[in-house]
Amino acid sequence: MSPLSDGSSVDEVVLRAEGIAKRFGAVVALRDVNLHLRRGEVLGVVGDNGAGKSTLVKIVTGYHAPDRGRLFLDGKEVRFRSVQDARRQGIETVFQDLALVNELSVYHNLFLNREATRGGRLRFLANRQMRAQARRYLDEIEVDIPSVDTPVEKLSGGQRQAIAVARATRQPGVKILLLDEPLAAMGAKETSLIIQLVKGLARQRGVSMLVIDHNYTHLFELCDRVNVIQQGRVTLDKAIAETSLSELTDFMVQSYRSQVGRGRAGG
Amino acid sequence: MARTREKEPALGELSPPPPGSGRGEDASLVRRLLQGQELVIALIGVGLALYFVVATPDFATASNGATLSQFIAPIVFFAIAEVFILILGEIDLSVGEVYVLAPFLVTFMANDGVGVIAGIFIALAISCLVGVVNGVITVKLRVPSFITTLGTVFALEGIVLIAANGTQLDMAGTGLTAQIMGGWTWAEIAWALAVVAVFHVLLRKTTFGLHTVATGGNEVAAAEAGIKVDSIKIWCFVLCSFLGGLMGLLDGWHIASLDPSTPGLDFMFYGVAAAVIGGTALTGGRGTMIGACIGAIVLGVLEDGFNILGVNAFAYDLVLGLAILGAMVLNVQLERVRAGGSGRRGSLARVVLRAAARVPGSKPPVEEVSA
Ligand SMILES: Nc1ncnc2c1ncn2[C@@H]1O[C@H](COP(=O)(O)OP(=O)(O)OP(=O)(O)O)[C@@H](O)[C@H]1O
Ligand SMILES: [Mg+2]
Repeated sequence: MSPLSDGSSVDEVVLRAEGIAKRFGAVVALRDVNLHLRRGEVLGVVGDNGAGKSTLVKIVTGYHAPDRGRLFLDGKEVRFRSVQDARRQGIETVFQDLALVNELSVYHNLFLNREATRGGRLRFLANRQMRAQARRYLDEIEVDIPSVDTPVEKLSGGQRQAIAVARATRQPGVKILLLDEPLAAMGAKETSLIIQLVKGLARQRGVSMLVIDHNYTHLFELCDRVNVIQQGRVTLDKAIAETSLSELTDFMVQSYRSQVGRGRAGG
Repeated sequence: MARTREKEPALGELSPPPPGSGRGEDASLVRRLLQGQELVIALIGVGLALYFVVATPDFATASNGATLSQFIAPIVFFAIAEVFILILGEIDLSVGEVYVLAPFLVTFMANDGVGVIAGIFIALAISCLVGVVNGVITVKLRVPSFITTLGTVFALEGIVLIAANGTQLDMAGTGLTAQIMGGWTWAEIAWALAVVAVFHVLLRKTTFGLHTVATGGNEVAAAEAGIKVDSIKIWCFVLCSFLGGLMGLLDGWHIASLDPSTPGLDFMFYGVAAAVIGGTALTGGRGTMIGACIGAIVLGVLEDGFNILGVNAFAYDLVLGLAILGAMVLNVQLERVRAGGSGRRGSLARVVLRAAARVPGSKPPVEEVSA
């Protein structure tokens, strides 16, 4: 592949996770996760429900602190103390629950905790500016929302998802985008719009992405590489060109069978 | 609190969205006002006032104006104090007892030789400290705020009774300070209106207000967006206690004598009632300062009017109870209309809105803030 405009190589690893572990009380969500993400790369992460995918995202984005393990950004170890911390380093997230506040308007959600303000330290909301910017950005990425004043609770599931994606992609400084099932509730047209948007960010601006999606067809359309998480570990890491839908499906089913088999043998 | 709210759309009827929240660019101002209950309750207030004007010649007099304002001011304070807390889906039962405590602090300190002005600042700081305690216990130790503040209300009551030895005291301090701090007839209402203005701006025009609504509406989402929900909550408790303490000082100089057995809980509940009547929901995520202020004025008019008419105080409580129920019914009904629900339900609100739709030429709102 060709080097990007700023001369950095595409092969450069921007994010590396080493031995990440996280438990919630008795539940072990992540045991020992090792993965990496290259510049401009779209990495698909798949795994069964409860495999720990969302937990991984929440650790990389600074929402949870890992119990063990280390994170490296551009080769330097980082330790995020908050979501704000991670954002400052250019990590943006679409959470599985979308992180929208129903009571607030579309534009307030788009700008939540990154409001345009005036009046210096008093932090008065610049609502007119936010509203106009929200309108412009949604039009630009062709997301169809009738009014940015609408409270989010009035939107459909797919529209809400589009707002969450728009919030993450809107940031000019985004370097790493974490998308936790961003397409789950979207119609065909919206899905292809979002896929175009995401691909564009990766190809043109070198944004690296980690996408969680249970729909393998989406993944094959979107990703350069795919990782499988099972029981809190990465068990498969393959370039998308070197695998196929059937291979991936077989792998998932097979390991499920062997688990069940082991379960039987054990008890 | 550990509890988080993620509202399902299906629950929308039970937890209506904020009055005046975005309704699409073409919604008329009148329509928005009506949908947001403030105007409805304001009209009820005007109706009540007119009734008292007709019913008794003593209502529309200058001297009653002063009395009325003194009924209204404390309720306004407690209502405003609770709105931020209610938006969080929390409650602060202790604010009324902070109100009782604050003037005692000034008086005790004055008796020990501390200047009155210094005493005011220290008393307000201690009031804020009560808020910090409420907030930290609620947020960090994850005790429900109802329980936390139930604890502080009794603890503070005990402290006041012990310190005052159960007897009444005269409020320390005279002169200009005392006049400004509640002594002058119109001082309290002036303070109250200033507080409404400041807190309205704080809620609607600042990031703090927006983050409070976000935290109350969906705490997990707010945290995922990087909002420091814990400190937002603690600050709201601090603001609430601060207002309680300030009102306590104002009433201290207004009444001039301090009674350690003043029922702080009652005052707090009047505030909650005014907030609820004005359109703030106990479920969190929505609330309005203007509505709370109007609610407080209505309760004040009612209390004062009944007083003049010589209506038994018990009847006032009955009416207050019915008013709260009526306001909540109206809330739910209005929400059904907003949600475009059909059928017979919401017919009252439907009539009101249909009438509003006939008002021609209302221009689209220039600026509109959700929540
Ligand atoms: N905040 C939490 N408190 C307690 N347990 C949690 C928490 N978050 C996740 N878990 C548990 O950790 C495990 C992994 O959850 P996670 O949400 O990461 O799964 P997932 O792979 O994203 O699943 P899905 O595909 O269903 O979204 C689950 O067993 C879940 O119950
Ligand atoms: Mg998940």
